[in-house]
Amino acid sequence: MSTLDLPTLDGPERRVYWAVRDCWTLVRRELVHLIRQPSIIAWQLGFPIVSVLLFVYVFGSAMDVGGGADYVSYAMPGMFAMTMAFGFMNTAMAVAVEKERGVIDRFRSMPMAPSAVVTGRGISDVLHAALDLAVLAAIALVIGWRSDGGLLASLAAFALLLWLRFALIWIGVLIGLLVPNTEAAGNLFALAFPFGMVSSVFTPPSLMPDWLGAIAMWNPVSATAGAIRDLFGNPMPTGGSWIEANALPMAVIWPLLITAVFLPLAVRKYQRLSD
Amino acid sequence: MAETALAIRAEGLRKTFGKHHKTALDGLDLAVPRGTVCGLLGPNGAGKTTAVRILTTLIRADGGRAEVAGVDVRRAPRAVRRRIGLTGQHPAVDEILTARQNLRMFGRLFHLDARRADARAEQLLAEFSLTEAADRPAKTYSGGMRRRLDLAASMVLAPQVLFLDEPTTGLDPRGRGEVWDAVRRLTAAGTTVLLTTHYLDEADQLSDRIVVMNNGRKVTEDTPAALKRAFGGDRLEVVVATAADLPAAAEAVARVSADGTAPEPDAERLRVTAPVTDGVLALTDVARSLQDRGVTVTDIGLRRPTLDEVYLRLTDTTAHEEPTPA
Repeated sequence: MSTLDLPTLDGPERRVYWAVRDCWTLVRRELVHLIRQPSIIAWQLGFPIVSVLLFVYVFGSAMDVGGGADYVSYAMPGMFAMTMAFGFMNTAMAVAVEKERGVIDRFRSMPMAPSAVVTGRGISDVLHAALDLAVLAAIALVIGWRSDGGLLASLAAFALLLWLRFALIWIGVLIGLLVPNTEAAGNLFALAFPFGMVSSVFTPPSLMPDWLGAIAMWNPVSATAGAIRDLFGNPMPTGGSWIEANALPMAVIWPLLITAVFLPLAVRKYQRLSD
Repeated sequence: MAETALAIRAEGLRKTFGKHHKTALDGLDLAVPRGTVCGLLGPNGAGKTTAVRILTTLIRADGGRAEVAGVDVRRAPRAVRRRIGLTGQHPAVDEILTARQNLRMFGRLFHLDARRADARAEQLLAEFSLTEAADRPAKTYSGGMRRRLDLAASMVLAPQVLFLDEPTTGLDPRGRGEVWDAVRRLTAAGTTVLLTTHYLDEADQLSDRIVVMNNGRKVTEDTPAALKRAFGGDRLEVVVATAADLPAAAEAVARVSADGTAPEPDAERLRVTAPVTDGVLALTDVARSLQDRGVTVTDIGLRRPTLDEVYLRLTDTTAHEEPTPA
């Protein structure tokens, strides 16, 4: 057995350096996963794609969102937002799998930067989400969705979608660390489904019963869906409430609030895991 | 770093978990000399894994102190992490990556530069006989291969102390043999190992000393051979051809029995056993007397106690009594 010089990691600059490099090492690992198993994307996009087909072609003919709006143009931005919203389940599942397999324990017993496991997961998942969005947008274009908002506004819309996904990563990490096993993480769909559906994703909240509509309007997913409909120039029939009128700033503020609350909770839980 | 003779030193480690303050460790002391293998043995809930998790900086003890490779685990966890390797209860490798990719990734995460991480990966692949399978995803490996990869990953920095928490759980006999061989090579190279296991033969095979734990404390500590001697002693075993011969066999064995009591014959297996002090004398005595009485003996022999018997006796009685040193 050869002996190795022990690398040093003292001093604040070194810490930042290792935090970034360790994070990048873990991101690279996720990229290798994607290259080796591109089917992961197909599986994770299965639900939104089936939803698109169901809502647009099966229910779509019966859908009247008001204002004579075309349902494909209304539903597609909602679908983008919903895919981002449901993404936290992928994060939670990935974290739960790593925890169950002991990978997280191994990382924590190593001299690597403790933040890298959380930040590496975050960056990987945002990259993953960007890929998901690209595939979904391509499908949307094929079935007739168009952005009328111009290039910059469209890019801003996609940035807002990733911003929502980014914020939900921390909820995903926290849940992944909290659930006892991967089976429990798999059951999260029951939680995620109303979170995604009770929103403006498929139907305008103004057409729902008042109390449900109010919940749907204040749902962070609705804020993002409303903001990107605006940016894409897609129809967005509203009930004229304050929250709907301010979808754009809320699509920035909601994820910020979620991150502010859940990022520290996730990091804290990671540091005190099983203590 | 001052060289101390002990690779692991723990004094009075305490840990309770949860709302009900379930006691996992209740004042555990450990002293493992450098270059030796210490087997932690005990039933589920004895506190073995908790001890490993404290020593590998994964959790903090509520009380007591511990040093690993001369470094305090509470005050300098990062320094400890650079000197240890941990192989937990599940192979903690990436299943989608190949063995080579796994080891390169761990090399980088152990803060080797890219070139050295790659070189170290090749070394470890060769050392753990994984070179041939190096470019296949780990999920295609057998249990034993995955475990070997797992071990290799914890050996990236050639750690001074290696923690093996039930390293062969779920493996078939062949896989266990492969892992045992790998561990033997590491210990021959001078790595200190703390091993927890349910398998008594594993502790017997690999350990220099065995610490038996129960209820979060050390019950006893000794070499495997001494433990077997102290808690078992030889047993004489006689198997006869027919059930009618059992009383005669029992009578013959009773005369040489160490505790002087008549042994209870095992009618199903046609067997009589009893503890004896002078094994060879007792054996020839019983054989001769049974031959004289015309009893057909199908098997007669001395049996060393297995560690299982020692273990069961220790962990059974100490539930009620204070521990007695061996």
